[in-house]
Amino acid sequence: MTLLDVTNLTVRYGALTILDDVSFSLNGGQWLMIVGPNGAGKSTIVNAVSQGVPYSGEIRYLDRDVKCYRSHELARNIGILSQSHFVGYAFTVGSVVRLGRYAYAPGVFSGNRAEDERMVEQALELTGMTRFVDQSVLTLSGGELQRTFLAQLFAQDPRVLILDEPTNHLDLVYQKQTFELIQSWLKTPGRAVVSVVHDLSLARAFGTHALLLDKGKTVSKGTADEVFTPEHLDKAYEMDVSDWMLKMLGQWTARRDETAESR
Amino acid sequence: MRRNRMDKQGDAIASPSAIRRTEGFSAREIVLFSLATAAVVFLCVCVGSVNLPPGETLRVVWNAVWGLEQPEAMSVPIVLSVRLPRVICVALSGAALSVCGGAMQGLLKNPLADGSTLGVSSGASLGAVIAIAFGVTLPGVPFAGTVVMAMAFAFLSLLIILSLAYKIDYSLSTNTIILIGVIYSMFVSSILSLIITFASDHVKSITFWTMGSLLGASYQNALLLLAALVICGAIILRYARELNAFAISEDNARHIGVPVRRVKLVLLIAVSALIGVCVSIGGTIGFVGLVTPHMVRMIVGPNHQRLLPALMFGGAIFLMLADLVARILLNPLELPIGVVTSFIGAILFVVIFYRSRRART
Repeated sequence: MTLLDVTNLTVRYGALTILDDVSFSLNGGQWLMIVGPNGAGKSTIVNAVSQGVPYSGEIRYLDRDVKCYRSHELARNIGILSQSHFVGYAFTVGSVVRLGRYAYAPGVFSGNRAEDERMVEQALELTGMTRFVDQSVLTLSGGELQRTFLAQLFAQDPRVLILDEPTNHLDLVYQKQTFELIQSWLKTPGRAVVSVVHDLSLARAFGTHALLLDKGKTVSKGTADEVFTPEHLDKAYEMDVSDWMLKMLGQWTARRDETAESR
Repeated sequence: MRRNRMDKQGDAIASPSAIRRTEGFSAREIVLFSLATAAVVFLCVCVGSVNLPPGETLRVVWNAVWGLEQPEAMSVPIVLSVRLPRVICVALSGAALSVCGGAMQGLLKNPLADGSTLGVSSGASLGAVIAIAFGVTLPGVPFAGTVVMAMAFAFLSLLIILSLAYKIDYSLSTNTIILIGVIYSMFVSSILSLIITFASDHVKSITFWTMGSLLGASYQNALLLLAALVICGAIILRYARELNAFAISEDNARHIGVPVRRVKLVLLIAVSALIGVCVSIGGTIGFVGLVTPHMVRMIVGPNHQRLLPALMFGGAIFLMLADLVARILLNPLELPIGVVTSFIGAILFVVIFYRSRRART
């Protein structure tokens, strides 16, 4: 089942073309990794899907143009996590997460309070933010803030997650937990994930599919195996990617071998 | 899913009741705030160039409410014709300007936002000044000239600012609106100076009015303010939850499903209409909309479902006290209320801003 279908997406700021004729589609159960060097247009795809930038081309959800959906209808189906968060006022974690339920009660008197509270509690627990519920977001660390908005997203309970750098600000423990959390979230049929990821190892490990961009153009797309080849990556990043990755990894394997020997 | 819980320590999970706490304004708080407001109203009616005994004031108001015969005393006209309408107008203006300020600060996610940041206040005052300088009046309705002109110019200003912002930036981003608002205010104040230069015989009434004053406010003024506050205030309060989302970020508001452009447009219109009415009656009273939200936020928190109702009371109390100071400080001379609010407001603002900066770092 095709959930999201993006065709000929082009975004221009004046004379500058940020995204040039990019197409991809997303089926249930898939995790699409959008990768590419800085300035490739990765976040712009996220902004276009969330109607944050004017674009040409078409973005369809369940075979209907996303522009035809009402805002709250779209939010119930597609959830978006921004790359960075800056909150100006001392809102509590609880009230930020609770806003995730807005799409289910856009009117004053609509909505199911018991269901809302159940989802909020569950989202807080999943992201380990329950004990912060009454704390001001201004006092949180970057990682805790990121998890707060991840909780808001889970409270929103969409079918497609679009994550712009979901592990931004997160240390290794939470990187691992976040990706595993999303992976288990994806097991429910009819769900799919798109994420912009910088870390190619994470993208390779968790993505079922990938879209490799460079300077707004598609370099390669398809299954993760098809996209993450040395030729494609070297072309997009203009360096020997696998050589660098192995060198990075080598430090750890060498150290681990030494420790094993000394034992 | 439970084993994927991200809680490192996996310790104390807050009880559900802690999470399920009400987000709105409780009945107890409404009663408390109402009592405080009523007390300040009473104080402001009693105190002035002539101090009236509380018992006598109460009796005059009581008799007037129930249509009883009034005694022959100086206090009757002072309370009923001078102080009461003025205090009511001041309270309503304070409530309206503060709610507008609070809504703007949330909507634009900018703690320095205010009705005047939009350029709407200056636009409204330009309309009113034109009415005074060129003697624009409507036959039969005594204060209609300035009111109609101020409201018309408030709307016109909003129209100009929004269409300029829309031309520059499709998403009507908040920074664009503030930038254009500030530039527009400067432009308008240059025109104001020009008009004042030419209409030299009206200078006194114009300057007194641009400083803001509710001297000589009538029950008609109060009724107009009340109607505007009820209609526009209801619209603004209706969008309290959306304002929370905007205050977190405009992107976040869009992501959770708020129809961003429509809500922003409705709120901007409601705010400018309310400011237009306030300016037409009391002149430009600076700093109220800027400072009261900061003070009230310290008491009730940033959640607009609580902040906005609290602002109605807090704004009324703040402006009534400022007006009291304006009346009695240099007795029998009366200061324009805008001088007092700007003076207190600027100092308070520096203190609040300094404290909040220090708390954050």
